[in-house]
Amino acid sequence: MTEAEARSILEEEILRIVPDADFTEIPDDAELRDELELDSLDFLVLVERLCVRGHCRIDEDDYSELRTMAGSISLLVSRTSAKSAGK
Amino acid sequence: MATFTMPSLGADMTAGTLLEWRVNPGDTVHRGDIMAVVDTDKSAIEVESFSDGVVQDIVVQPGQKVPVGTVLATLAASDGAGATDATTPAAVGPVTGAPVAAPGPASPTDGVRHASPVVRHVAGERGLDLAKIHGTGPGGAITRSDIEHVTPTPPAVQGRRARRRASPLARRMAAAAGLDIAAIPGTGRDGTVKADDVRRARVAAVTATPHAAEQAPRAASPQPTTSSTAAADHRHSMRQAIARLMTRSNAEIPHYFLTTTFDMTAAIDWLRERNADLPVPSRLLPAALLLKAAALAATNVDGINGEWRDEHYQRASSVNLGVVTSVRGGGLMVPVISDAETLPLPELMAGLRAAVERVRFGHLRASELTGATLTVTNLGDLGVESVYGVIFPPQVALVGFGAVMERPWAVDGLLGVRPIITATLAADHRASDGAVGARFLARIGRLMQKPGEL
Repeated sequence: MTEAEARSILEEEILRIVPDADFTEIPDDAELRDELELDSLDFLVLVERLCVRGHCRIDEDDYSELRTMAGSISLLVSRTSAKSAGK
Repeated sequence: MATFTMPSLGADMTAGTLLEWRVNPGDTVHRGDIMAVVDTDKSAIEVESFSDGVVQDIVVQPGQKVPVGTVLATLAASDGAGATDATTPAAVGPVTGAPVAAPGPASPTDGVRHASPVVRHVAGERGLDLAKIHGTGPGGAITRSDIEHVTPTPPAVQGRRARRRASPLARRMAAAAGLDIAAIPGTGRDGTVKADDVRRARVAAVTATPHAAEQAPRAASPQPTTSSTAAADHRHSMRQAIARLMTRSNAEIPHYFLTTTFDMTAAIDWLRERNADLPVPSRLLPAALLLKAAALAATNVDGINGEWRDEHYQRASSVNLGVVTSVRGGGLMVPVISDAETLPLPELMAGLRAAVERVRFGHLRASELTGATLTVTNLGDLGVESVYGVIFPPQVALVGFGAVMERPWAVDGLLGVRPIITATLAADHRASDGAVGARFLARIGRLMQKPGEL
């Protein structure tokens, strides 16, 4: 998965949870949960959707990387490329 | 013959508006089937049938507002109509989709295609029939871009998008003032809403009469879409409903408050180990443990789980937990998890997720909003340490959980850093005394030390 693909998947899935999220106002290094007012259930739903869309596994230990847009995108990219490389 | 009546969906509800019928005369319905969608002060709620039967007459038409208890439809006993039913099998299931055949907003009853609530919403806004859209998402699901492909954003929606452009400060101010940012005319570049615009809108709303205040933000936008006005109306009436109920609570209930702090290490370690092997949908959140502990603790004391009616405390036979859930854009709803004290953790977690998702994305069902015997609020996600709640009458207690925070904590005479949480009890002094509340809170803390037994 390229960075652009990861970003578009991330944005799509965030929009499902926060329909009026405005990504032009969210810097890549901002705390997503604060910016979008995600509670722990919203966050769990987001993680779940990202696993499905990326066909990859995301563990609780990875949650810290999902704090920002940048972190989430790089996690998605590395998970999906590691998988295809392993094939 | 049975009747289907306007239900009471909360202590403060006196009337409701019938929005939509999900059944037609002649349809066979079973207990628990969705019959209709009813608009309350707070939101649109799906109402289930309380009996089996065949729909006979639709008495109240969509759009009518009627008092609680009004007969909405009549049902005939199902055995009498069994023959009719058998001869016209086609009339049973898919009939609900029939009236939608005419071009119109996509119906939420359309179960043929997978599409997220947001996509459904957008499709509805644009009058699209989801069944006719080719889905490119996983499993043929319809995505937002499929919708864009079929109908590029129409001018009205584009207008609304453009109006929605706003500075972060303006957004915060609008949210604080309870104004719909989409309805405020912007004077900045490309119509961006600036802080000054919000200030003007705020003044207009405050100086207008209460009735006009409700209208003002709407009047400001030339072509508001029905959905954004409906949302604004809901926010307004939800605010009113919360105001009435909380005022009544503070006026009638002599609250007392207790608080305790306990160590979450055992719970968090247990969760980490358990969740490590599980796919995301099966993972548990600390909230599930806290809810279960609160429910179990409530069965051990008298005066916490039940209602205050006719000058008496009436103990409830099971623990139906109301879970305070915030609504995006403001306000709150309290979906109910029934028999929480008996539910295994995975089921409790699933119930919590389903209820919160329904509050945020879709229609709640009537049965999910009624019958709470004890309320729990968990503001920990927002970072506060403790929450002193206001009891929802006629209930007699509310439990609040703050954030799990790393703090210095003495264990066996040594100081360590531990994840701790503060639990608070707001209780009705007519129904219980401080000693009871203290036992209740202490028990929650003890239960949380043995999460495997919850």
